[in-house]
Amino acid sequence: MSRIDELFAQTRGEGRGALIGYLPAGYPTVAESKDLLAATVDAGADLVEVGFPYSDPVMDGPTIQAAADTALRNGFRLKDLFEVVESVADRGGRAVVMTYWNPVFHYGVDAFARDLAAAGGLGLITPDLTPDEGSEWIAASDAHGLDRIFLVAPSSSDERIALTTAAASGFVYATAVMGVTGARDSVGAAAQGLVNRTRAHTDLPVGVGLGVRSGDQAAEVSSFADGVIVGSALVTKAGEGTDAVASLTKELAEGVRRPRA
Amino acid sequence: MADTAPQPSPHDPDARGHFGDYGGRFLPEALMGALDELAAEYDKAQHDPEFTAEFQRLLSGYAGRPSLLTEAPRFAEHAGGARIFLKREDLNHTGSHKINNVLGQALLTKRMGKKRVIAETGAGQHGVATATACALLDLDCVVYMGEVDTERQALNVARMRLLGAEVVPVATGSRTLKDAINEALRDWVTNVDTTHYLLGTAAGAHPFPVMVRNFHKVIGQEAREQILERTGRLPDVVAACVGGGSNAIGIFHGFLDDTDVRLVGLEPGGKGLESGEHGATLTQGTPGTLHGALSYLLQDDDGQTIEAYSISAGLDYPGVGPEHSHLKDVGRAEYRAVTDDEAMDAFQLLSKTEGIIPAVESAHALAGALQLGRELGPDGVIVVSLSGRGDKDVDTAARYFNLVEGV
Ligand SMILES: Cc1ncc(COP(=O)(O)O)c(C=O)c1O
Repeated sequence: MSRIDELFAQTRGEGRGALIGYLPAGYPTVAESKDLLAATVDAGADLVEVGFPYSDPVMDGPTIQAAADTALRNGFRLKDLFEVVESVADRGGRAVVMTYWNPVFHYGVDAFARDLAAAGGLGLITPDLTPDEGSEWIAASDAHGLDRIFLVAPSSSDERIALTTAAASGFVYATAVMGVTGARDSVGAAAQGLVNRTRAHTDLPVGVGLGVRSGDQAAEVSSFADGVIVGSALVTKAGEGTDAVASLTKELAEGVRRPRA
Repeated sequence: MADTAPQPSPHDPDARGHFGDYGGRFLPEALMGALDELAAEYDKAQHDPEFTAEFQRLLSGYAGRPSLLTEAPRFAEHAGGARIFLKREDLNHTGSHKINNVLGQALLTKRMGKKRVIAETGAGQHGVATATACALLDLDCVVYMGEVDTERQALNVARMRLLGAEVVPVATGSRTLKDAINEALRDWVTNVDTTHYLLGTAAGAHPFPVMVRNFHKVIGQEAREQILERTGRLPDVVAACVGGGSNAIGIFHGFLDDTDVRLVGLEPGGKGLESGEHGATLTQGTPGTLHGALSYLLQDDDGQTIEAYSISAGLDYPGVGPEHSHLKDVGRAEYRAVTDDEAMDAFQLLSKTEGIIPAVESAHALAGALQLGRELGPDGVIVVSLSGRGDKDVDTAARYFNLVEGV
């Protein structure tokens, strides 16, 4: 059982969704990103996604694009990623990395997996790597005991959901809407349908992301999914400082704990 | 299957779009369904005589094909006396090779029952061609264009708007072609049910590289017939500029099996390779993923994309189509870089010696031809892909050569 498996066993036992918070490493600076991630861990995020700031984030909306730009302008380098992951682990938190594929490919897939595992990271979310091109990563994650979190989308056919879930471990990331990251007023009716379609193919936990920004939305998503993923809303708060991040995290952590209807 | 069905080619990628080690699909899962649908529909269309006839009809009756092969003797005097022939894609409707691919994909869009087309553009040629085809075939059209490019190609922005397209300036990243593609991909992820992404070059995720190439193969097929008819022999060299690589792959394919014909791609050397300001992906890059495919890429030590630079908006791109990466690695094609200055010299030379103002992109191929001609000597025969006309570049040239007072 991986540490992510243990987490979901626990939250399922508690009858709630896990709270998964995304913040980019190096935003606004490496040191501050460590503090911001520590604040989310302390305030109740069950798992954090440490984002890798990348020059061409095609799946991200304006908020995360701007944060990545800032991080890069402030000198973020790849080696800083492992340091930030380590800081989460040292704080007692659980961290996975979310990254576009090229930096991993360029670093060397096996070396990246090795160094991520050594830093205490638990896995990788790969928005532009599907299992179709994933053989090298599948081997490396097996070798280094990392979970591979692949994505499913409302447009995924049942055939593709089967292929994706068969290759995934830890949890499955369901994108609630067709689109890029960004806080939205509603999470999309498609989300629940997608969770149900995904569960028809796997016992893996299913996390829902893209658009969640409030405690109420977290409660709603938590009622039908195993994990509630919050990105852009937290990144916006990160621009305001650790207190703002802590307070939104608390609201979301309360949301996922509301009794399911 | 009809008799007109294309024969499977040894130059086709594998079922998942790999040319050797390159290509494939590195894009979000949300787009995989649309890419599968596109690949399946394209496959059916290729084998449908009605589709191929309609495509041919548009190429000849609308785009003006076949394009001429024009000998350029006065220009060739500056190339060591080698004979130089220009494949005149500049004479196509809308002024470049881009129209070939655009007509093909616009017809496919209709076949898929989609009503909305999005596209990226650098120089504006692909955007203009797409806006044109959308006007012709009654499709809604949105074109993403980097802000730097909307400035250096303002006339093409006006052209697209005249044709009824919406032009969206992109202010993120380097504000050039790469970022226009990012923005188009974000639109596509959001609107994929109703929208076709009409990618303008032989790059991106499978099936784009093979599909775009096949729509441009006509360039090489015509050029091969024409040069044989004119000279009774095959050329020593076929030269083309390489941005994403579509005009080059289209003309190269006519000669791929003629192993004595050298295929030479000319990349934008910008201010010189040592300056770091260039877009010479194949000569200076290393393998990596960008915009959906594994291919050569300009990237830093961390795998971050390096912003390209070229005086030519259409070549200002840090990636390249995967088939070129494969052709480079197996040694079937060679790639060289040509600086801004060399390209602009060739631009002026062709204008003054032949009365043909080339696109600044195509001027890179012409500069390459001058070098190659000198290397080959007087017996050499070179076919150059004159991928586009230079009307859009008059402003750039006026500044470069100080042709207008006060500019
Ligand atoms: C006239 C012309 N030639 C060449 C190019 C480069 O594209 P590709 O390498 O796909 O042929 C462009 C792109 O805008 C262009 O307008």
